[in-house]
Amino acid sequence: MSEPKAAGAAWTPLPPPSPPRVRRRSDEGRQCLERQPEASGAVLCSGLTYRFGEHVAVNDVDLEIRPGETFGLLGPNGAGKTTTIRMLTTLLKPAAGRVTVFGVDAAARPMLVRRMIGYVPQLLSADGMLTGRENVELFARLFDVPRGQRATRVTEALAAMGLIGAADRLARTYSGGMIRRLELAQALINTPSLLVLDEPTVGLDPIARTDVWEYITNLRSSADMTVLMTTHYMDEADTYCDRIALMHQGRIRAQGTPAELKEALGAEVTLDDVFRHHTGDTLEVSSGGIRDVRRARRTARRLG
Amino acid sequence: MTYAAPGAPPAGWADRPLDGVRRLFSRIFTLCWVELRKIRHDRTELYTRAIQPALWLLIYGEVFTKIHAIPTPKGIPYLAYLAPGILAQSALFIAIFYGIQIIWERDAGVLTKLMVTPTPRAALITGKAFAAGVRSVIQGVVVVILAALLGVALTDNPLKLLASAGFLVLGSAFFSCLSMTIAGVALQRDRLMGIGQAITMPLFFSSSALYPTRLMPGWLQVISKINPLSYEVEGLRALLIGTSTDLWLDLGVLAAATVAGIAASSLLLPRLAR
Repeated sequence: MSEPKAAGAAWTPLPPPSPPRVRRRSDEGRQCLERQPEASGAVLCSGLTYRFGEHVAVNDVDLEIRPGETFGLLGPNGAGKTTTIRMLTTLLKPAAGRVTVFGVDAAARPMLVRRMIGYVPQLLSADGMLTGRENVELFARLFDVPRGQRATRVTEALAAMGLIGAADRLARTYSGGMIRRLELAQALINTPSLLVLDEPTVGLDPIARTDVWEYITNLRSSADMTVLMTTHYMDEADTYCDRIALMHQGRIRAQGTPAELKEALGAEVTLDDVFRHHTGDTLEVSSGGIRDVRRARRTARRLG
Repeated sequence: MTYAAPGAPPAGWADRPLDGVRRLFSRIFTLCWVELRKIRHDRTELYTRAIQPALWLLIYGEVFTKIHAIPTPKGIPYLAYLAPGILAQSALFIAIFYGIQIIWERDAGVLTKLMVTPTPRAALITGKAFAAGVRSVIQGVVVVILAALLGVALTDNPLKLLASAGFLVLGSAFFSCLSMTIAGVALQRDRLMGIGQAITMPLFFSSSALYPTRLMPGWLQVISKINPLSYEVEGLRALLIGTSTDLWLDLGVLAAATVAGIAASSLLLPRLAR
């Protein structure tokens, strides 16, 4: 069930928004707001650590994601990618260290950070009992998009993802690729500065994968937002990421541009080789727990 | 739609964030809106859920009215006495499902994404609690119509009907919070289904939904006194068929229980996101 692509999928930015009007609850919050985003990365992790009981899922991670780039976080199942993203998206509080998004501490000011993020989780999160338009409108309401602008912005987000023709159908009738695009439309509604994609193409067939990436690339070229993504697919990372970090057993093992990482190992090296070199051949022998595997299977099953 | 250039202040801040109270009401409204949209798209559940209260009224109610086994206050017909109890019961059964629903939403990724929106945990829970209330009121209308068709003389005072809807909403809000609190502890759908089944019927039978509490053994009367369903039933009964009760006490207990339920499930909600 594939949706014909809308001709007007290009995303035309409008004039800049009015200055931010955010309630400030403390001096600390004011300092966060007054910090120049240029002075820091889009995302900065320093000494970031998270434990599940005795197990250290994320271990002293330092990471900088620069404004405007597409950054890939790669690693085998259980490497700590999703846990890192969960701390960044304010779902988990770090056990140690800190993560800032455009200079705002995610643990200290979660509401501000959530306003800046568009998040597409690994699992298919669109509500099948609502239409595509209602799914996006729900997020427009949750992000306080003014009532007067709501309908226009919902339509624009759907159009940008080529879903206008299917907007009034229940999401449960969508194909896997269409659901991913719908989730992107939901994530775009708050005009995010940082788009976080947790394995955006997991479970999709090759045609749907290419399709989703076309939309993401199209969006990137017209919107200049920072993108953080995780993926298992080395070819995707090689093609679409400006820089990548390889994560294994909770630690960052290497980071740089795909070209830099490949050059460091010699000529004729692929990103697969780089991955194997840094993770010890664990791509095939997944070190992820049953939860990771079950989650991936559940997503694949829902995608059909 | 606008996007920030790299390094520019985050564009998302341009949408004026609502302050605490307005945001709370906005989120409640939004989540109730979602619930109404879902009901509009698929009404099957409304019809199937009407079967159980219909059976209680038609079979149990009719039989026990005829045999006069249960002495009712002021000698009112047992079916009339029973109708508000069944109304509260059908709301309870809807609300108790919300814990399973929130675990399903966690498993499906919907909850995680909602929790990454600028919605305080308490607002998310309150929104869901009131959404349960909206669903219960719609279900309640079906039960009231059915009771009226069976000849139960319910009030036609619109204010009392409105107040009854308020009691249903509060009762459903509390029981959905109870269910979501248990979800925050149990974390697994299978476990929650077991616990849900284990508590639903005791909650129902230890309330005054089916019989006056004075007929209960002493120990059960104590449980009935601390069971919020009793206060919901007594409030509904007074409003719909005119029995005597302390309405403010019923309202106060339900409201306090709801606030406590919202607080408890909001505190436990982050456990579901791990």
